Amino acid sequence: MNAVLEFFKKPFLRKYTNYIVVALFTVIFAILSLTGGLKMGTQFLLEQIGIAVLLAVSLGMVVGFLGELSLGHAGFMCVGAYVGGKLSSLLVGAMGGNEDSIVALLLALLVGGLVAAVFGIIIGLPALRLRGDYLAIVTLAFGEIVRSVFMNMPERLFGGTTGLETPRFDRKYLFVFAFLLVLACLAVTQNLMRSKHGRAIVSIKDNEIAARATGIDVTKYKLFVFTISSFFAGIAGVLYSYSNVRLQSVNFDYNYSTEILVMVVLGGMGSINGSMIAAALITFLNVKLQTMLTGNLAVLQKLFYAIILILIVIYKNAPGLKGFREKYNLKALFDKLFKKKPVAEDMADGKEGDDAE
Amino acid sequence: MNFLSVLISGLGAGATYAIIAIGYTMVYGIAKMLNFAHGDIIMVGGYAMFVTLALVGHPVAAVAAAILAAVLVCVLMGVSVERFAYKPLRGASPLAVLITAIGVSYLLQSLAQIIFGSASKMLSGLQIAGHVMLGTLRINYVTLVTLAVTVVLMVALTLFIKYSKTGRAMVAVSEDRDAALLMGINTNAIIAITFAIGSALAAIAAYLMLAKGASLANTLGAMPGIKAFTAAVIGGIGSLPGAVLGGILLGVVESLSYSIPALAPFTDAVEFGILIVILLVKPAGLLGKARREKV
Amino acid sequence: MQNNDIVLRTEHLSIQFGGLRAVDDVNLEIRRGELYGLIGPNGAGKTTVFNLLTGVYKPTAGRILLCGEDITGKAPAEINRKGIARTFQNIRLFHNLTVIENVMVGLSNQIPCSIAESIFRLPRHMRSEREYYERALALLEVFQLAEYKDYLAANLPYGKQRKLEIARAMATNPTLLLLDEPAAGMNPSETQELMDDITFVREKFGMTILLIEHDMRLVSGICENLTVLNFGTELAKGATAEVLSNPAVVTAYLGE
Repeated sequence: MNAVLEFFKKPFLRKYTNYIVVALFTVIFAILSLTGGLKMGTQFLLEQIGIAVLLAVSLGMVVGFLGELSLGHAGFMCVGAYVGGKLSSLLVGAMGGNEDSIVALLLALLVGGLVAAVFGIIIGLPALRLRGDYLAIVTLAFGEIVRSVFMNMPERLFGGTTGLETPRFDRKYLFVFAFLLVLACLAVTQNLMRSKHGRAIVSIKDNEIAARATGIDVTKYKLFVFTISSFFAGIAGVLYSYSNVRLQSVNFDYNYSTEILVMVVLGGMGSINGSMIAAALITFLNVKLQTMLTGNLAVLQKLFYAIILILIVIYKNAPGLKGFREKYNLKALFDKLFKKKPVAEDMADGKEGDDAE
Repeated sequence: MNFLSVLISGLGAGATYAIIAIGYTMVYGIAKMLNFAHGDIIMVGGYAMFVTLALVGHPVAAVAAAILAAVLVCVLMGVSVERFAYKPLRGASPLAVLITAIGVSYLLQSLAQIIFGSASKMLSGLQIAGHVMLGTLRINYVTLVTLAVTVVLMVALTLFIKYSKTGRAMVAVSEDRDAALLMGINTNAIIAITFAIGSALAAIAAYLMLAKGASLANTLGAMPGIKAFTAAVIGGIGSLPGAVLGGILLGVVESLSYSIPALAPFTDAVEFGILIVILLVKPAGLLGKARREKV
Repeated sequence: MQNNDIVLRTEHLSIQFGGLRAVDDVNLEIRRGELYGLIGPNGAGKTTVFNLLTGVYKPTAGRILLCGEDITGKAPAEINRKGIARTFQNIRLFHNLTVIENVMVGLSNQIPCSIAESIFRLPRHMRSEREYYERALALLEVFQLAEYKDYLAANLPYGKQRKLEIARAMATNPTLLLLDEPAAGMNPSETQELMDDITFVREKFGMTILLIEHDMRLVSGICENLTVLNFGTELAKGATAEVLSNPAVVTAYLGE
């Protein structure tokens, strides 16, 4: 175990650890799936994980990096799902019913993502004028509007209340595509954040007035983050449409947006890897608990998330818990477990500036 | 259905939104936070009434007792939520507070489901049936009661804020919390009182909703909460008259939209669409004051 | 007509908030390489002048000329790119970025590289990132902050935060540097160090500096020329010694 940890500490590998881990997962499960070693339930679970990770990483860009609260992420996903789902069902119909057409899949992904991105720009525009709480309510309103509109469109267009029937891609491969898209999303997000543009985005979150005074084009970056974030949400939506036989807009409600938000918050806002891990974990638990907790017990899960969410946010943000936080945190726990001494630079004089309480 | 009766039922719905919106707006004005869980306090009030009705035999006494119990339980709940979930985060980023409030909303909903089950309940003991006819115009009693209750509450609240010591302290805290603290105002107490008032209003809203025939479930307050929240933002969050204006406006729009067959299914979209349009034109809402950040 | 030596000129600069004239008919003229002081009692409108110059507020009347170019009403980011950089009275650093990253944000507009180039890790991205790093490090060395480069900005001691804010402003390659009460909250030895730094920046980069201060003794040590504001209007202006002996200025300060 320690040898493995040491290995990943090499600077070059450390930079790419998350790619390697995701790629390894993809390869291992792809091989298992192709050789018939995976049950359908597991394949479905992996699809759900891929979708959730895409959603969490993309929402994390808006909430964690740009520092704006969006409560309508499921709305962008809904746009992608309906547009991509409709397109793929038309394409598949034109191709004589071949549901596993890769061309149809790729086209649906692209178009679904792009249309969602356009909505991202539309919502990003008010984001330039509105701040914080106001933007939260506008994104929430947007999500509800999208849902209500798709549900009430004529049935021949988007299926109305009975839902839109969409092609279902071969379960053996769909999750592999999902994981490849996760890799792409990871690369885009990480490369963006580890560049001058990423620094500019964080500077806007930290202090918008100072960022403007330093020459940062706040408008450009806010719009860009909203656009790229909704693009990936749209892609996740297309995958969702391929993973289910029927789309129902009820599923994309405000509660779903909140669930994605929970993943981002649990992962530690501003951490891509954290978002990925939290999304995978929560999805895994969701699917597993769904079979274990039935009826009224299912609500225990929601209760559990609620408590965890409140405790984590208070732990991480309460001004009064600063000392507690510095004493008991994951890093300290990790160091203790692996019998490491605390890193010396943390103890250096400069960092003690704000310990003095 | 003629236009006038649509308008009157819109006023009734709008009045209920207004009462809930006041809770959002007062808490925002004084604690500078969006209490996302406010809608769920309504639901708590609903269950408090459900339990009271089951315990008290006499029908009229039961209604009075139910309202009283709902107010008490809601106040207690609102104040403890503030104490345990929001107070530790005073001074933290607005994002953190908002996310916690969402967590509280989830918590209350799931607790209610665990305790009372997921089946929805009709509280017929609370319903106000019947109507009066004014010529061809039919007005439900429950609409009249709602409007009367709203007017009384508005007047009482305005007088309280204007003339009582606590009310004036609330205004001071909402203008400048630090300065108020320096003037010897116990801001923590003022914030707690604000949550208490907002929660009491939520209890009244719960009664009005159930009186109109809403069925009680753990999501009773979810949608009305979001709508009232929207109303508060439309009116300009932080402004009391704004909350009333936003509530009435939203209620009337909702009622109108329902009455037009082509629009009826899109009513939610229409209401939220109005919010977005208004915020684009007036980013601080209709009666809200734009706050500039001090540089 | 335009004198190339005038870096900043304001003509009848005014702003009204509601009925309040926060800044009323202020006419500044700052020459290249000059260290100019803007002083006045609290609430005199000094910071508001800075906010007007940097585009945070739009003036209700008057013009702002930077090296002869009219920049009145432009957005803050554009004004920065045109050549005005500033610090803030209440320090505004990017707390979640490290010390060197703060300076690198300041360098953002110096080396072009598009978002797409960064996402696809094209050669220009790699080159520009290296250059950002090296130039930022060089600036940190000038300000004796290099040893703290990997600290989060929030973890720097107060005096060093002030310095970092100046370094970040300098990174945007300004023609005019605005310092808003840089000595606020500092002890005498830190203040002395800061004054030395300002003089140093001025000499090393040939920088033109406009400085807000309400401590008159401090200003008298380093500024050549002053404008004194009181209730948003110019009370006096001219050479430092002259202005400070002006009876009206003395009254405004002592009669507070």
